[in-house]
Amino acid sequence: MQPAHQDSDVASVAMTALSGIQLTVNGKAYSVQVSARRTLLDLLRDQLALTGTKKVCDMGHCGACTVLRDGTAVLSCLTLAAACDGADIVTVEGLAAADGTLSPLQQAFIDCDAFQCGFCTPGQLISATALLAENPAPNREEIQAYMAGNLCRCGAYSGIVDAIEQASKQG
Amino acid sequence: MTRVVKTKIEIEGRVHEETVVVERNEPEAWEAGREFSQVGKSANRVDGRERVTGAARYTYDMHPPGLLYATVLRCPHPHARILSLDTSAAERLPGVRAVLSKNNAPDISWYAGASKLFDEELRFAGEEVAVVAADDLDIAHDALKLIKVEYEVLPAALDMDKAASPDAPVIHPKGNVLLDNDGNRGETYSRGNVEKGFKSADFIVEGTYRTPTALHNSFETHGCVASWEGDEVTIWESTQYIFGVRGRVASALKLPVSSVRVISEYMGGGFGSKGQTLKHSVIAPLLSRMSGRPVKYMLDRHEENLLSGNRGETVQKLRIGATKKGKLVAMELETLCNIGAYGTWAASVAGPAQELYACPNVRTYTLGVRTNLGSHAAFRAPGHVEGTFALESAIDELCRQLDMDPVEFRKKNYAEGDQVSGKGYTSKYLLESYDMASRLHSEAGEPSLTKLPPGNWKVGTGMGSQVWSGGGGPPAHALVRLNSDGTVEVMTGTQDIGTGIKTALSQVAAEELGVPLESVRFRLGDTQKGPFAPASWGSITVPSVGPAVRGAAEDAKQQLLEIASYFFEVPAKRLQIKDGYVTVEGRDEGKRSIGDVLSEVGDYMIVGKGFRGPNPAEPLRTWGAQIADVAVDIDTGRVRVLRVVAVHDVGRVLNPKGLASQFYGGILQGVGLALMEDRVVDERTGLVVNANLQDYKIPTMSDAPEMIVRAVDIPDTAANHIGSKGAGEPPIIPTPAAIANAIYDAVGVRVRNLPVTPRQLLDTLEATGVEARQPRERSS
Repeated sequence: MQPAHQDSDVASVAMTALSGIQLTVNGKAYSVQVSARRTLLDLLRDQLALTGTKKVCDMGHCGACTVLRDGTAVLSCLTLAAACDGADIVTVEGLAAADGTLSPLQQAFIDCDAFQCGFCTPGQLISATALLAENPAPNREEIQAYMAGNLCRCGAYSGIVDAIEQASKQG
Repeated sequence: MTRVVKTKIEIEGRVHEETVVVERNEPEAWEAGREFSQVGKSANRVDGRERVTGAARYTYDMHPPGLLYATVLRCPHPHARILSLDTSAAERLPGVRAVLSKNNAPDISWYAGASKLFDEELRFAGEEVAVVAADDLDIAHDALKLIKVEYEVLPAALDMDKAASPDAPVIHPKGNVLLDNDGNRGETYSRGNVEKGFKSADFIVEGTYRTPTALHNSFETHGCVASWEGDEVTIWESTQYIFGVRGRVASALKLPVSSVRVISEYMGGGFGSKGQTLKHSVIAPLLSRMSGRPVKYMLDRHEENLLSGNRGETVQKLRIGATKKGKLVAMELETLCNIGAYGTWAASVAGPAQELYACPNVRTYTLGVRTNLGSHAAFRAPGHVEGTFALESAIDELCRQLDMDPVEFRKKNYAEGDQVSGKGYTSKYLLESYDMASRLHSEAGEPSLTKLPPGNWKVGTGMGSQVWSGGGGPPAHALVRLNSDGTVEVMTGTQDIGTGIKTALSQVAAEELGVPLESVRFRLGDTQKGPFAPASWGSITVPSVGPAVRGAAEDAKQQLLEIASYFFEVPAKRLQIKDGYVTVEGRDEGKRSIGDVLSEVGDYMIVGKGFRGPNPAEPLRTWGAQIADVAVDIDTGRVRVLRVVAVHDVGRVLNPKGLASQFYGGILQGVGLALMEDRVVDERTGLVVNANLQDYKIPTMSDAPEMIVRAVDIPDTAANHIGSKGAGEPPIIPTPAAIANAIYDAVGVRVRNLPVTPRQLLDTLEATGVEARQPRERSS
């Protein structure tokens, strides 16, 4: 919600100036024009039609928009698109194999009923992917600590922990 | 043969009579002990792949070509009148395609006639002043800053005591408090003689209990995407009630309902808040018509937490009395409920006091109070969660005074039938819930404390129990299509708000048809594809839509078998469908697939119709009991919930895996309400100061306790012919009470205000000098 400013000091000229960036998303190269204000989240969703990554708080509070940037989990709502020139991004759409085979984590999320509405799931999956890359065999407490920044309002936490455990045993 | 009947339906504590169409006889009820091939087996989500690959497209993800983005200028005062409004500079900003405000919006009545779509008088901080649709959201936000508004700030009432007092500023055309049908302030219920009852009591417990305003925080915010094609508008909407949105939009825009299509195929949570139709559902089609382009209008997180609904705070004065033998003899409850600026109903806070225990003398009084804050909305078992916290806390206190075991006390005061209606229940397995929960709790042993951070931890155990509706009722309809290639499509206008209803009802259809689960395509969430189904609220979807789906499958099956009888040359009644094949009963040879049969008859499509029949005369209820183990650090006041055991009677279980998830989710939200969730309003400005997910705390993965969940799993064959009751809401109801009682067990102080923050607990500990107290010995 924007406060009701009574003046009209909108510095939108500089803000709407476009810059060209090149980046890779899920193995595919993109060359795009982005405004200075555009976040990576909005770039993915509104310009690249990759709507798997979700906007929940848009303030870095909930983890739902988590993507991998050069292998590291980042909050795409707090990442400016213009700063992603040359970046290698992986989103939830990039987790399954090219033939559609689900990653062990994706399959484990289904098997363990690790979601209800599914809106936080893309961020949960990306964070869990980053966790297993860092620590291939985490125990339940390590999973809870690592994943505590990925909120789930439906309360699917126990299924998520089960799923990460299951996937780690297969990985 | 079609007939019309009247039947009673209860949704979230409110009973209404409905006149419904009964299309024909319903199928016989699935009897207790029946062997099933699909029902009662744990199934993965039928749409799990879509949800884990990002392929599931929610409202927020819809992006028709030429899409515009809308955003809103909102009133910054809790109560104000617009003196002047100038949007011309915003309209001139390049990229702005439409601006809507009181200056140009059609006169559309809103909030049950109390206001308009764009009104001059604004009654809470966050009400809509002007809406801009632009090429992108940045331009739209820039445009908002160019709108000039002059407000007259009006006196506001922010707290319930002030708003309900006679000298309060009048904040609503119908007054600041809700009236009953006879025009009295508030709703009164009474049975027996409460004064006499208290005179016969040997023990009386009395206290004032407070529950906070809690915010739903569904992860997908409210919002929609609207797009016109000719004289028809399509609205993708994150809603619990597609037919509700269709009706409201059609009446607001004076359109035939056939011109309004509402779609909600994937939906990111609602928890009650999305049963209503908010203004965006009408504003987006208006902006789209003005601009000739599709418009996306999603609330941001801040807006979501200002205006999309909440569990309104309650203040409950409760008094209960029992004889020294432990029989309840009187209960009296007086409740204030904050319903926000435009609330039109009060939550059923008094329901538990009226029904949960056998008690001859009961009086309850509930007063809904309007304040200059966002209106309340249903939130997972509205009223009963709050009322159960107070009642079960007081019962626990009474048990301590009587030195009675809490389960023994509850059994002693067990209500066989409904004392409000004087009728028996269709089913009640609360005794079984008590026993199962106690057994599971003792089998689980002492909870582990090794994972707690360092602290001066005291552990305790407490319980709570639950009554709630959840029986559903008509109208609810479904179609089952058998295509000529043998594929099955179930079509109904319900919506899967995240509960897994699509999976559970696919199991029902597959069971009745005798086909594998994988061969069922379940189509929901589209007013153009399915017949009417009710809102996804009140735990009614399984018991309402489930029988309709089964009925449609049965109708389709009968049609198929009649067609097949021509080819098998035996009467249809000797045929059956098993694993997707038609066979003569008792014989496997000569079996034909459904596709084989239908492809013989000219590409014939079978359409089976099903409906939910009228309710029985007896009240339908869900029941349950929970036992919580907590640890309290008496140095910091921090509470950790270690374990919750939950057993609920929700009739026949369709999908144990999905049901467990519902239980986990309810318990987690109960933990949140008990320990951390609280909307905070600045009393000087009337602004909500924690309308985000950082300052408004919801449970994280680290807050999740161990959860042991079970259903009693005895079918209620009197409720409906699938024997299931609803399960979404019951599991949140006893959790806060069980946690509060466990805190008492741990440290010997009674907390009567939720949430139990470290600050509150430390203050209470200090006030009662707990350091000198020895906590009561544990009796688990």
